[in-house]
Amino acid sequence: MGFFLETLFGGLMAGMLYALIALGFVLIFKASGVFNFAQGAMVLFAALAMARFSEWIPQWLGLESRLLGNLLAFLAAMAVMVALAWLIQTLVLGRLVNQEGVTLLMATLGITYFLDGFGQTLFGSDIYKIDVGMPKDPVILAEDTFPGGILLSQEDLLAALVAAALVALLALFFQKTAIGRALRAVADDHQAAQSIGIPLGRIWIIVWSVAGFVALVAGIVWGSKLGVQFSLSLVALKALPVVILGGLTSVPGAIVGGLLIGMGEKLSEVYLGPLLGGGIEIWFAYVLALLFLLVRPQGLFGEKIIDRV
Amino acid sequence: MLYRENGQFKTSYRADQQIFPIRQDRLFIGLLLALAFVVVPGLAPEYLLRAVLIPFLILSLAALGLNILVGYCGQISLGSGAFMAVGAYAAYNFQVRIEGMPLLLSLLLGGVCSTVVGVLFGMPSLRIRGLYLAVATLAAQFFIDWAFLRIKWFTNDSASGSVSVSGLQVFGLPLETPVQKYLFCLALVGVFALLAKNLVRGAIGREWMAIRDMDVAAAVIGIRPVHAKLTAFAVSSFLVGVAGALWGFVHLGAWEPAAFSIDRSFQLLFMVIIGGLGSIMGSFFGAAFIVVLPILLNQVPGWFGLPLSTATAAHLEYMIFGALIVGFLIAEPHGLARLWSTAKEKLRLWPFPH
Repeated sequence: MGFFLETLFGGLMAGMLYALIALGFVLIFKASGVFNFAQGAMVLFAALAMARFSEWIPQWLGLESRLLGNLLAFLAAMAVMVALAWLIQTLVLGRLVNQEGVTLLMATLGITYFLDGFGQTLFGSDIYKIDVGMPKDPVILAEDTFPGGILLSQEDLLAALVAAALVALLALFFQKTAIGRALRAVADDHQAAQSIGIPLGRIWIIVWSVAGFVALVAGIVWGSKLGVQFSLSLVALKALPVVILGGLTSVPGAIVGGLLIGMGEKLSEVYLGPLLGGGIEIWFAYVLALLFLLVRPQGLFGEKIIDRV
Repeated sequence: MLYRENGQFKTSYRADQQIFPIRQDRLFIGLLLALAFVVVPGLAPEYLLRAVLIPFLILSLAALGLNILVGYCGQISLGSGAFMAVGAYAAYNFQVRIEGMPLLLSLLLGGVCSTVVGVLFGMPSLRIRGLYLAVATLAAQFFIDWAFLRIKWFTNDSASGSVSVSGLQVFGLPLETPVQKYLFCLALVGVFALLAKNLVRGAIGREWMAIRDMDVAAAVIGIRPVHAKLTAFAVSSFLVGVAGALWGFVHLGAWEPAAFSIDRSFQLLFMVIIGGLGSIMGSFFGAAFIVVLPILLNQVPGWFGLPLSTATAAHLEYMIFGALIVGFLIAEPHGLARLWSTAKEKLRLWPFPH
């Protein structure tokens, strides 16, 4: 039982991180109808920027304090992501208005490749570490109830907290601010929003910046756990089935989907894996999403506007 | 000037509907084929055959297959690498397990197995489309990658999923030197390209295009979406599967599942986009472009005295591919093939532009 719970919690924590990446997808899809394949590349790019700036900025400025260095690096990386959002809007999406979803998807594939190459050219392609002072030691819970207790990594717990805080922040942003209202208006109907004077181009830059911010947070959390390297963009591929499962337009869906997939993945690896030869973590999420699509194409919380064939 | 067609009259439907109705086109294609079959094997150095032409031909075939699905039928697939793997491993199994199996037959049977798997994973396209289908095909990619790595039966109990073939023979002729391999691939690709061209010109191709352009309207005028989509998946994965078998048997000789990873799927999709969605010719252009670009990136800067490190060249390649995809989608969604036909249009009127 203790082992089961430990696996379960481990899965939930990993799922929270998938959800963090999936959130970026959902934001962009909600506001612009673009299925952003490049979200994973953005996570890698943001994490690379953060890792390198946190190394470079203290060197340039001669700073001693790690906190200040990290803070400045975060701001610098965020500035990079905003610039990136502006570039993507001006150079790519602005010119592909009114194209089909599939064309836009392929365009974001192009952006993915470009970002992968560009990020590594700019920031180097070794393994870097982000040190924002995440605690590394595991904690042991419920020692009395189960023999040996349940081993939880504090890092994962903290990551889950960060993710939860981020979701709350985004919810507030969407519900309470004027920009958030404009974003929701654009999400509902581009043309109507435009006709009452909401500038579409600027809104999309904001959405991509917010997605960049989410990518940065996800990148920092993953990066400080695993180190920043190219394989981070593969982790991001896990976020695709998460959004499919949760529904493309639903923020809570991304969270629930992430938790479900993280949990299912770890449990199936541990309990089904030995029967099937192991390594089923690679495809479990995808096959689950595929089966789910056949039953309920709009996902758990998605709006039922998907065009059936 | 070069393409002036006056005086070329067609007096029968037959003449009007041939693949190359213009004499200059026929001449050009004839010359090209003569060049490919006669001149190239005699003159091309071994490196060129082995590293450029053979991969180009095989990837053209795979791109052709994917183009039928994505370009003609509008069903986006990110799992073509997996279907190549199915073709390769199935052909390997036929070759190893059945005594005296002819090579050509096992390649084709590899294609048939890939067809079955392709149709199976094409089933979701009846319920979902576009973005969702892309994710569904990714499921095929990950699952099949895993299956060939873990299920030992497929790889004849070899460790790490790597297998090798040797002593290839076609109709009693050995298939050992690059020239022989090149000619074999060329002949196969030629036959399949002709078949594909005729398929997309015919009734079934019209159905695919109707489904691509507007599936509801297509259904209204009596096209069966299920039939059209599944045939597109079938034909596409057959070609991709044969290409995969060729890639394993003829080009690599020994391979492991990583040869057909998700990168291969993306590579094929890029060939189709850059070459031209919905164009047979475009598949060849795209394949040529994607095979040649990395080689150029590795060689050309060296000639100017600016040798790039391997890592930089790889990153540069990524950036160029990415930028080109976006560029083509914005500026010329029909890819290199459209540029080619525009050039032909211009040549018709040259030197008078009006």
